[in-house]
Amino acid sequence: MLGLVPTAFAAQGLHSAIAAALAFSAPSLAHLSTLDIAVIAIYFVMVIWIGFYLKSKANTSEEFFMAGREMTAWIAGLSFVSANLGSLELMGWAGSAYQYGILAAHWYWIGAIPAMLFLGMVMMPFYYVCKTHSVPGYLKLRFGEGSSIVAAFSFAFMTVLMSGVNMFAMAEVMKVVLGWDLSFSIIVSSLAVAAYVALGGLRSAIFNEVLQFVLIWGGALLVPILGLIETGGWNGLKARIAHNIATGVVAPGDYTHMWRSMGHFADNPMGIHWTGIVFGLGFAISFGYWTTDFLVVQRVLAANSLRSARMAPVIGSFFKMAVPFIVILPGLLGLVVLQNANGSHMQLVGENVVKDCARLSSGTGLATPSVCSADLATTSVLPETQKAVLSGTGDVQLHSYNEVLPLMLVRYCSPGLLGLGITALIAGFMSGMAGNVSAFSAVWTYDIYRPLINRKASDEHYVAIGRWATILGVVISIGAAYMVMNAAGIMDYVQALFSFFISPLLGAVLMGMFWKRATKAGGFWGLLIGTLTSIGLWAWVKADPHALRYVALSPDAKDMAENMYRALWSVSVCVIVIFVVSMFGKARPVEELNGLVYGATKLPEEEPVPFYKNEYFWLVIAIVFFLALNIYFW
Amino acid sequence: MHNSGISIWFFIGVLLTIYGAMILGYGVFELITHTTANVVLANLHAPVWWGAIMLALGLFYGVRFRPGHED
Repeated sequence: MLGLVPTAFAAQGLHSAIAAALAFSAPSLAHLSTLDIAVIAIYFVMVIWIGFYLKSKANTSEEFFMAGREMTAWIAGLSFVSANLGSLELMGWAGSAYQYGILAAHWYWIGAIPAMLFLGMVMMPFYYVCKTHSVPGYLKLRFGEGSSIVAAFSFAFMTVLMSGVNMFAMAEVMKVVLGWDLSFSIIVSSLAVAAYVALGGLRSAIFNEVLQFVLIWGGALLVPILGLIETGGWNGLKARIAHNIATGVVAPGDYTHMWRSMGHFADNPMGIHWTGIVFGLGFAISFGYWTTDFLVVQRVLAANSLRSARMAPVIGSFFKMAVPFIVILPGLLGLVVLQNANGSHMQLVGENVVKDCARLSSGTGLATPSVCSADLATTSVLPETQKAVLSGTGDVQLHSYNEVLPLMLVRYCSPGLLGLGITALIAGFMSGMAGNVSAFSAVWTYDIYRPLINRKASDEHYVAIGRWATILGVVISIGAAYMVMNAAGIMDYVQALFSFFISPLLGAVLMGMFWKRATKAGGFWGLLIGTLTSIGLWAWVKADPHALRYVALSPDAKDMAENMYRALWSVSVCVIVIFVVSMFGKARPVEELNGLVYGATKLPEEEPVPFYKNEYFWLVIAIVFFLALNIYFW
Repeated sequence: MHNSGISIWFFIGVLLTIYGAMILGYGVFELITHTTANVVLANLHAPVWWGAIMLALGLFYGVRFRPGHED
């Protein structure tokens, strides 16, 4: 019965021993009971078991890198969404929802659904029919080795950096919530991911992603349910947010509508215009990510038939539309229900303010009171709260926006459920990381190692290289995690990476897939110049912040808007360069483009199925849901 | 997925069953001993109904997709 007692009364036996061994000395939001630790430990045992079980099913390169192309539409679809649902997603967007309101849901709806449906219905047949192993592999078939290698290197670079960011985010969660040492969290979780992906390849990654998807929902869904009960439903939540704005507890703004404040950059806290959301986020960034990022496309390529490959993103789109319920809603609920230890309303702030207002190690007084005071003056934190913070004593402790989800978990979850919530965050991290390293492994082996280092090795050799590449990817990710620890804002950093590499890739793939006239030279130069454009614009704004008015078309634009417009510029430049260069070159004969280009490919006939199994039926349902959500929250 | 050995849904069933039993067990313990964790809305006894839902789903998937069972 040791584990079946409330946290406050938890016996200290095993837990204390583990805690001491792991040096849990930092202050934390929550203390895990033995039951919570058991829940987390069982999860790790399960993922390693799956890895060992699937090792015998990952002997050939087709099995290791493509999961034998045996996945059903449901498994591929859930894995497709889960690979994207990292701890960065859960934590970062919950924090953004607290900060910007329901505007953050744009990243889940217009910033994902149209692109996912386009991938399934329009692009997937070409990826699937040409039997490529990767997106750079498609570019190789369409534009030759030059474009493929540019895309492969940029993808490999981006993937390990993303993995490092995800790893860092997870370690931060563990530090804030549980007081765990950053290095401990990073090493344990990455070893587990390295083990199960290196053992079982993509099949193991996909199995675990589906498992993690279920866990994320099981662990996180309780928070919005209990939150809505506490606030009196959606209408009660809206009323309490309005009340908090009126009393100055919450910064002024429209937190519950998605489009009404998009008329001008200055009208919303994100500093974004609707054109940036629709064309920058809804097209350049989201189409780039969901249709050309091999991390997600790889899951669909593992489907067992063309119909499954088309259905998988459609199935995934329904779950993606539902994710704001466990991510955005807790952020909004945090605006009204979170309280300090003294019962006053808790107001979250930026991470820089939390750092500047850190207490001295003695626990009394602040390390930099003048800096803290200046920071607090720029926030909407109430004067009495500011006073309590500056005194460096008492029950008021500042927390950052990104901590909103863990704070909500601690608020509602008793022993066992808290362990489940923490496991959901760990699972989110691990699914994101497994996605990154399995994609890195495939691209490294197929698109870098094979063409540049060893063209004629045996299949077993490439599988061995894939396993080692998995481990190498994890090691580089760990290095990247330590590198990004000092990055200013995690989400901005990720957005910047997307626009560097993903958006120009979108331009190249779209031109290659839908324009027969596009040439090899056009593809190469378009991709290269598009990428350089993106990096150049980013560097320009870094060097001269006034350049933002030109890049994002308004002096009122903020970082998020800059990322969206930069993505739009880079995809536009890529498309224009491909067009111009191709017009001066000689196009490939149409017969060579079979399976690669729209209009030159005869797609295989599919067996007729009942309407409820037909991808077009579910496509229409998904579109109706998508429109209804946007209209309801207009 | 059934042709290649154990189904992923079986693994999910096993994990949900274990978690459901643990959380439900804790919730029942709270009810019997009248001790409640220091969390908001503890009076709703979320561990009881959430654990029961997980246990039921876990048993369904564990049995429905058990190894050797063809659908």
